[in-house]
Amino acid sequence: MSTGFRRGRHGLRITLSADETTIIRTLMEQLLELIGELPRGDPGLAELGISENREAPGDPVLARLFPDGYRDDADAAVEFRRYTESALRDGKREAVEVVLASIREPGDITLDHDQARAWLRALNDVRLALGTRLEITEESYERMGELDWDDPKFAMYSMYDWLTFLQESLVRALS
Amino acid sequence: MSTAPVEVERPRSEEDVRPDRPWLTIVWNDPINLMSYVTYVFQAVFGYSKHKAEKLMLDVHHKGRAVVSNGTREEMERDVQTLHAYGLWATVKQDV
Repeated sequence: MSTGFRRGRHGLRITLSADETTIIRTLMEQLLELIGELPRGDPGLAELGISENREAPGDPVLARLFPDGYRDDADAAVEFRRYTESALRDGKREAVEVVLASIREPGDITLDHDQARAWLRALNDVRLALGTRLEITEESYERMGELDWDDPKFAMYSMYDWLTFLQESLVRALS
Repeated sequence: MSTAPVEVERPRSEEDVRPDRPWLTIVWNDPINLMSYVTYVFQAVFGYSKHKAEKLMLDVHHKGRAVVSNGTREEMERDVQTLHAYGLWATVKQDV
């Protein structure tokens, strides 16, 4: 089991086993796939960074990753999405790509500051996706304790819990 | 943990927060984002001190939301866009 991120002389260090590397790579690839499901609309407009999506995505996970910018002004929310959604999507994708490029193999990994920031955002997005699917609440730890070990949700909770630990260790190492 | 801001993307001194200006950036509580991460983001994005960032984070956590910045509408839209990139649940609102 990884001991999390630590600040080293040359950057932020972590040691990941083969299983841990596979889990992170798989989750990051799934996140890329999910981000790709957001409708792109007209390619010319997309090129200019303009999205044609008018509403938050129907899927709750995508809606959490691409939230409305206004709560009680629907027209302003549409305009905000039109001009910010593409850049948000690109930023999320770039962060995931930084993570994937930095863990091709298990073992010791050293991240510079920019890579660490990309890891932080991508780990957070993966947790947002997994946590939204699990319908995580502030009382979820109690619910996890009530699950049987062979319940399929138990594995997802455990993964979520581990990612939380990783992210927390990265925040601390960066602070 | 250090008390110095970790990074400053767009420094804005605390004196610059003028409550009479009409647009606000609001961050809403959610059960997934870590308290330490939210504090880190407030420091990184706004250049707030650790103390101020923690106070805002606790406001979000306990009161369900907090006003984290104010200024022109364009500035607030940029702030919300940046906070969305970090995965925080943020919205723009006109002060009433």
